Amino acid sequence: MTQSNSALLSVKNLSTSFHVGGQKLRAVDEVSFDLAAGEVLGIVGESGSGKSITLRSIMGLARRYGEVTGEVMWQGENLVTKPEAQMRKIRGKDIAMIFQEPMSSLNPLLTVGVQIKENLVAHTELDKKARHLRAIELLDLVGIPDALRRLNDYPHQFSGGMRQRVMIAIALASSPKLLLADEPTTALDVTIQNQILKLILDLSHELGMSVILVTHDLGVAAQTCDRLAVMYGGKLVEKGSTRDVLRNPLHRYTMGLLQSVPENVEPRTPLFSLPGTPPSLMNLPKGCAFAPRCAHAVDACVETKPPLEGTQHQVACFNPTQPPVGAGGQS
Amino acid sequence: MSTISYFFSRLLQIIPTFLIVMVIIFLLVRALPGDPAIAMADAKATTEQLEQIRQRLGLDQPLWMQFGIFVKNVFTGNLGDSILMKAPVTQVILERLPASGFLTLYAVLFSLLIAGPLAFVAALNRNTWLDTSIRTAFQVGLSTPVFYIGLLLLTFLAAQLRWFPVGGYGTTFLEHMYHLLLPALTVALYTSAIIMRNLRSSVIEVVDAEYVQFARAKGLPERIILGRHVLRNALISTVTLLGLSIGNLMSGTLVTETVFAVPGVGRLMLDAIFARDYPLIQGLTLTFAVLVSIIFLLTDLIQAWLDPRLRVA
Repeated sequence: MTQSNSALLSVKNLSTSFHVGGQKLRAVDEVSFDLAAGEVLGIVGESGSGKSITLRSIMGLARRYGEVTGEVMWQGENLVTKPEAQMRKIRGKDIAMIFQEPMSSLNPLLTVGVQIKENLVAHTELDKKARHLRAIELLDLVGIPDALRRLNDYPHQFSGGMRQRVMIAIALASSPKLLLADEPTTALDVTIQNQILKLILDLSHELGMSVILVTHDLGVAAQTCDRLAVMYGGKLVEKGSTRDVLRNPLHRYTMGLLQSVPENVEPRTPLFSLPGTPPSLMNLPKGCAFAPRCAHAVDACVETKPPLEGTQHQVACFNPTQPPVGAGGQS
Repeated sequence: MSTISYFFSRLLQIIPTFLIVMVIIFLLVRALPGDPAIAMADAKATTEQLEQIRQRLGLDQPLWMQFGIFVKNVFTGNLGDSILMKAPVTQVILERLPASGFLTLYAVLFSLLIAGPLAFVAALNRNTWLDTSIRTAFQVGLSTPVFYIGLLLLTFLAAQLRWFPVGGYGTTFLEHMYHLLLPALTVALYTSAIIMRNLRSSVIEVVDAEYVQFARAKGLPERIILGRHVLRNALISTVTLLGLSIGNLMSGTLVTETVFAVPGVGRLMLDAIFARDYPLIQGLTLTFAVLVSIIFLLTDLIQAWLDPRLRVA
């Protein structure tokens, strides 16, 4: 509540559904969160939990394919209902997005220069010469050596990590206030992953840019995010500061995720993995989506969806590892 | 730089193709049944007269000698005299080539004008009634024989309504446009159906690609997203298809030229085959081979221009 007024972005009850073969598939279910200026928020979850669709719904990219409801409040306006023509002026300018696959997210037929400059054409008043200089500056900024020459290169002439840098350069072209990063390091080698994450963080600090980082990698989230939101079956199940969520997980699912990250273990120790598989969005259980996999599920879990409760550290669980602070009378 | 070296390496590849084509043409024509000498002479010709004709045509020489003479003649532009037309083959072909070239380009232009926009409309409205109607209409075009469409157009628009001439080629550019409109349309109906289907599925494939999503995430206008990002990528496979179908188109013009009485090489080929006019058949086949090679070269160059990943010499 305290953050709502000062929040840069405020997402309330955001839901996104798709119609697949006559069935309604709810990929994002009543997701709410706030994001302060300069803050880095991590959305963590397994594949298919709705993380990417959440980002694409904020960007207004998901509504071409499905039905988006709820509120995405940005500078006093609800982006969910904003007409496409006006949305286009925000996309890529105030809110930019980078994608998971640097290999397939750049147009193979256009030089990197063209792909950076077309953003500048769309969102700035810069003339041709100024756009050229800005493009060089951007490639420099993201750490691509020999920027001037590389402007005329095509995506296939760059390595994976370099392509991700190019994508970041494109996203930064018009100095966005918010960067949505959809698994930006998943497709990269571990060493390159760290470079890219550091780059995103440094840029966020330097430019005062907020970041929503979607990842399935808790290690990545731990290193980079101020706050974490854990997503499961299209819903946020736990939300809090990175420190709280990782040190003191409240939701059984978060607990399971943390246990499946091997840390300081002897060689050949069997890896822990959560029993069962994530639910199909076509066939979500009536109650808590995690209940079928949860060893601590109580009767209520099967019947009703638990609401997100608590103040700073929130959890949606009827039987959490410990009661959330500020939840219904127990504080 | 790499574009230029790509061009030259591609150009060099044409030479062996061309040599192989010459061998095949030479052998095929010799393997055809029938004696050209008998075809040329009248029924009352004596054995000596036939022998004379064979000598004149070099048919009495051993096969490898005949091939040597053939290759030498081809490179000096001497393709012999047409038995049927009683004139040098080169001259006969060059007289007929413009009409066919005009018709082919005209048909390609029509195909693109018809198929391009409709493919986009169908792809962007896929699985709606609009998409279904467009596809059904083209399916009819695709499954109807070219000569039948030609005859229909000829009967109604030319013979009955008299909006168009029933044949010929005209002398000025505008007359060509007018005379060849129906033949070009006939050929285009078939070709455009092929192109439409291919382009539609390419567009569908490309339109949801990550780089198109990313372009949209950049906030680009839809016009640029479709033109620069979708169309260009979708065109790559369509260009290949177009190049390949121009080969088909030539055989299509063979029928069309006959139906519409267009004085082109297609009809000439048909006449030459019926008359067993060896030199003319050879010359025409060679001409087709050269043209197809050039078209394939152009196709490759256009593709390299579209797709930088192909510019590897």
